[in-house]
Amino acid sequence: MNATSIVLLATILIAMSGLPMLVFSKQTQQGQRYAVAILVVGCLTGLYGVTFAFDVSHSTKLIHSWTLPYGMFSVGIDAISRFFLFLIFTVPALIAIYGLGYWKQNEHIGNGRQLGLAFGLLVSSLALICIAQDGVLFLLAWEIMALAIFFLVTVEDEKPEVRRAGWVYLVTTHLATLCLFAMFALWRYATGSFAFDSAQGIPAYLANPIFILALLGFGAKAGLMPLHIWLPGAHANAPSHVSGMLSGVVLKIGIYGIVRMTGLLPIHEAWWGGSLLAIGSITAVCGIVYAIAQHDLKRMLAYSSIENVGIIFMGIGLAVYGRYLGHMDWVILGLAGALLHSWNHGLFKTLLFLNSGAIIHAAHTREMDKMGGLGKKMPHSMALFAIGALGICALPPLNGFASEWLVYIGLFRTLGLDGSLGYPALSVGAVALSLVGALAVAGFVKIFSVIYLGMPRVAGTERAKDPGLSMIIPMLMMAFGCIVIGLFSFLTFPLLNSAVGIWSGMPETHISISAFAPSLWISLIGLTLIISFGLAFILWNRFQSKNRIPRRGTWDCGYAAPTARMQYTGSSFGQSLVRFFRFLLWPRYKQPFIKALFPSKQSFSREVPDVILDRGFLPGFHYVQVKLRKLHIIQQGNTHLYILYIGFILLFLVVYGAKS
Amino acid sequence: MINLIIHILILLLVPPLLLGIINKTKAWFAGRKGVPYFQTYYDIIKLLRKGMVLSTTTTWIFVAAPIVTLISVLLAGILVPFGPFPSPISFAGDVILFAYLFGLARFFTTTAALDTGSAFEGMGSAREVTFACLTEPALFFAFLVLAKISGSFQLTRMLLGPEGGFTMVSAAPLVLIAVGVFIVLLAETCRIPVDDPNTHLELTMIHEVMVLDHSGPLLGVILYASSLKFLILGSLLLHIIFPIRPEFGLLNWPLFIIELFGLAIVVGIIESIMARLRMRNVSYLLIGAILFCGFGFILLVR
Repeated sequence: MNATSIVLLATILIAMSGLPMLVFSKQTQQGQRYAVAILVVGCLTGLYGVTFAFDVSHSTKLIHSWTLPYGMFSVGIDAISRFFLFLIFTVPALIAIYGLGYWKQNEHIGNGRQLGLAFGLLVSSLALICIAQDGVLFLLAWEIMALAIFFLVTVEDEKPEVRRAGWVYLVTTHLATLCLFAMFALWRYATGSFAFDSAQGIPAYLANPIFILALLGFGAKAGLMPLHIWLPGAHANAPSHVSGMLSGVVLKIGIYGIVRMTGLLPIHEAWWGGSLLAIGSITAVCGIVYAIAQHDLKRMLAYSSIENVGIIFMGIGLAVYGRYLGHMDWVILGLAGALLHSWNHGLFKTLLFLNSGAIIHAAHTREMDKMGGLGKKMPHSMALFAIGALGICALPPLNGFASEWLVYIGLFRTLGLDGSLGYPALSVGAVALSLVGALAVAGFVKIFSVIYLGMPRVAGTERAKDPGLSMIIPMLMMAFGCIVIGLFSFLTFPLLNSAVGIWSGMPETHISISAFAPSLWISLIGLTLIISFGLAFILWNRFQSKNRIPRRGTWDCGYAAPTARMQYTGSSFGQSLVRFFRFLLWPRYKQPFIKALFPSKQSFSREVPDVILDRGFLPGFHYVQVKLRKLHIIQQGNTHLYILYIGFILLFLVVYGAKS
Repeated sequence: MINLIIHILILLLVPPLLLGIINKTKAWFAGRKGVPYFQTYYDIIKLLRKGMVLSTTTTWIFVAAPIVTLISVLLAGILVPFGPFPSPISFAGDVILFAYLFGLARFFTTTAALDTGSAFEGMGSAREVTFACLTEPALFFAFLVLAKISGSFQLTRMLLGPEGGFTMVSAAPLVLIAVGVFIVLLAETCRIPVDDPNTHLELTMIHEVMVLDHSGPLLGVILYASSLKFLILGSLLLHIIFPIRPEFGLLNWPLFIIELFGLAIVVGIIESIMARLRMRNVSYLLIGAILFCGFGFILLVR
């Protein structure tokens, strides 16, 4: 069997993985165990397909005609889809195993089946999107994905905020899908078919709108600002492992879409790359600034995903600009950095979301300012969270650094080094990236410390403990992945080289990332760091066994009765940055106004709602709704009537089609 | 080989002396005799031999932080060239690693401060991460200028200048980024006017307040690491101030050390004649640094 058929088989297997849950009793976990087993087997099959069975020279396509009037069933794997399939077949399998401990069917009788079914469908639709070689098939898979996500996000639909998040998601995703419909229609008009064949002959007046529609459609899925509005709510209100799935894997499918389309389209104009880079920078900076201002752990992580998507788009923008100007080094470094960062973000962000599940189980809240001191009770979770946080801050020796480093080098090369004529304006992206890096450190120092360090701020976490093995092991594997990619990033270069080759149309033999990025040095320095930490650890243990180290209270400047409530909270930690970026955040304060000498009890609060959703889209939609009130005549809320409308339109189209 | 050994020796041995020179300068301005030049060495040795107290609140982060800081700062010291001699390790893109090693140190220092659960240390670490958001862009603008001038983004090449010598075009940008990087140096090494290393009021400090709970050997490591940081960022700055170097061979080593002493004296003078800025005004100073470096970049690539 060839790779494509194996992956297709895996996709079918995964799609059906939720079925055992319907057969077995709701009250036991048996069905869930079978479901997870099938999903894991499916993922392993898929992994076998993209590793051992994959043959670069024989990239087979499976083509069947179907009875639909348009498109055909055409699937195939190339180096780009292969790269994303690795992510799609590893991370969800780990998430599913985690779900066995986190979302037990016997504890969630009402919604466990919904989650299990939709999860399998989501994973298989993601795989199908990556292997689809035809626009219609792609859209079908895309729609299955969109609906599966809706059912995953609204698992706890008895809560009003979950319903609201689901509603915002549904509207956004369908607006995005609408853009993709228009895009594929234009694509067919330009190329004559729905097939994903390289179309370098498309003229600029057609390529430009296709690009813009792709940017809107895929950008909304990936979470580009200002189309990110669905993302924070959906991530915060879904169960934690679903949030991990959304952030780690689903956002990447938007990246896949934009990489795929920019690879197929000819790049006629400079502004494509420029705007991708600019939007990426703005998204990255705004995303992390919003993240710092959040009080809700999962909203914070969601905004940080937006930041990382911004970084990935910066890399893609650089690559697109490089292809326009013919600078192969920009193309290689930008695209390789973006793709590797997609993997890396899939690992560390999923790790952090899974960890947040363990935290929420222990603290019974998502409010960070009500946590504190969990590290003593959950030492393993704390260490895993620290690895994820270091990775996402792009600190050496972890994987975030490995990928951002490639993007950095690419951006530095736009200065026009070694005699070539560059375009230095692009290199300002490096400064934006450094700002994002510093802000990310601020944000993750905040959440890591506020949750795990210090003393408990409110009572109720006394019985917190590390989660069971089924939850720890998936996190451990992800942390392991972060470390391995961080130390040995060159191992991923062959995969990246061939993906860049497909994207840029250059022969693969001409592409070598290591020619521009000597990552062996990074490995060396990373290993030095780790070995020195190890030596220091041994020294410390020796020191500790020789000397008895007394333990006393924290130095509080002689104050007699310190309490845990006096600790710096997450909100106070972020306050100076929130004030600094108030022009972006528009924070709302409820401040007391103290006039008398002995003021009564006062309260202070700050909230940072999403400006773009709350002050842009919602009022905008409301305005449209008011203005179009007259159209309510045709919108009666009666399903039969709507079907009648569809019938009329079909009749019209048949008559119109027959005439021409 | 001999250069490598001298590089390592300077990196390991000289830093505490620079703090001594700063303190001596300040004492001279105040009309005092001041502590001996080698006081910091004595302090570090004394601290390393002392016992240690740990807070009941802290976890392993608290102990790991000083060690991680020391290791990452030492590694950064191997990437930066001293004087006209290339650094021991140099590769394309090492400049980014250089900046991010400081980021690693910052991550651990600030988490360790929050690990104690003390509000004062929380304030210090909030300030540290906030100001870093302003120094980092300034530093990267300076790196872009240096990369453009030298046509390379290896730290050694960037700091030693282009192979064909400097052109007049690069003079003005270099002056601008020198000012910017000097401000970054003052902020990152916690000197006046950003931070006052001698103050005793926890509310007004940044770095000192973050290490209030560290004691004994760990405090010694912190003291040593912060003096190392001064040496490393100082040598970065000296390359920008003195881009062209005479051909003195090995005599360049003493010359480099004299330059470092000069820098320490200048910092000492600034500390003597200036007061610490109010905390909210620090960010204006740092934005000033971004503007200096940013305009240097614009001037160069216009």
